[in-house]
Amino acid sequence: MRKYELMFIVRPDVLEDDIAKLVSQMEGVVTGAGGKIEKVDRMGRRRLAYRVHRHREGHYILFTVEGGGDMVREFERRLKVNDAVIKHLSVRVDEELKRAEKMKAWRTKQAARRPRPKPAGGEPQAAEAIQS
Amino acid sequence: MPAPTSSGGRSSERPPRRGGGPGGGGGGRKQYFRRRKVCKFCDEKIDVIDYKDVRLVSQFVSERGKILPRRLTGTCSPHQRLLTVAIERARNIAFIPFASEL
Repeated sequence: MRKYELMFIVRPDVLEDDIAKLVSQMEGVVTGAGGKIEKVDRMGRRRLAYRVHRHREGHYILFTVEGGGDMVREFERRLKVNDAVIKHLSVRVDEELKRAEKMKAWRTKQAARRPRPKPAGGEPQAAEAIQS
Repeated sequence: MPAPTSSGGRSSERPPRRGGGPGGGGGGRKQYFRRRKVCKFCDEKIDVIDYKDVRLVSQFVSERGKILPRRLTGTCSPHQRLLTVAIERARNIAFIPFASEL
């Protein structure tokens, strides 16, 4: 099973009830294809960074889902057909998370091997360097 | 008279900041103090650069929306690669602009 983050943007002029309907419909798509929903996050109405189909705002909805590639394909197809959806993005995240776990494990191992005193100073300036 | 060496030859270096105080003789090399640059992601132990974290990702793009080079931000190369992917995803879902007018 793979883990995906499926995000899509719904047009700002769609009513709240219709969004709820769409979300439950998309949940059905996931479970119907043998997937498992981990989380559905309604990120709410946000400003878009650029105009998409003349819209400047949109409702962001994020699904975190486990399942196969066929499920994602079907999910995307449904989003493309629906004209309330103006943009979507599917990202596979399980490998990234696995790599992060590995990094974390490595770091704790390193910390255990040689507990050295932390060099103080210099750290808080790092944020400034980016600004300039 | 400003030292001519600092502006001409080494184009990959950051330009020296003004008003840092005179270095006093000895060529144009040690005139300014360069701050130690550390990779933000190594420093804060961020393993996954999330494209949804607009505040974080937008620190690494210029005002025009371009990805800032490593030489300016101090990001290490593994993290710069991850950052690039995160920025491209964030652009794609309209979190940050592809190009913003000035």
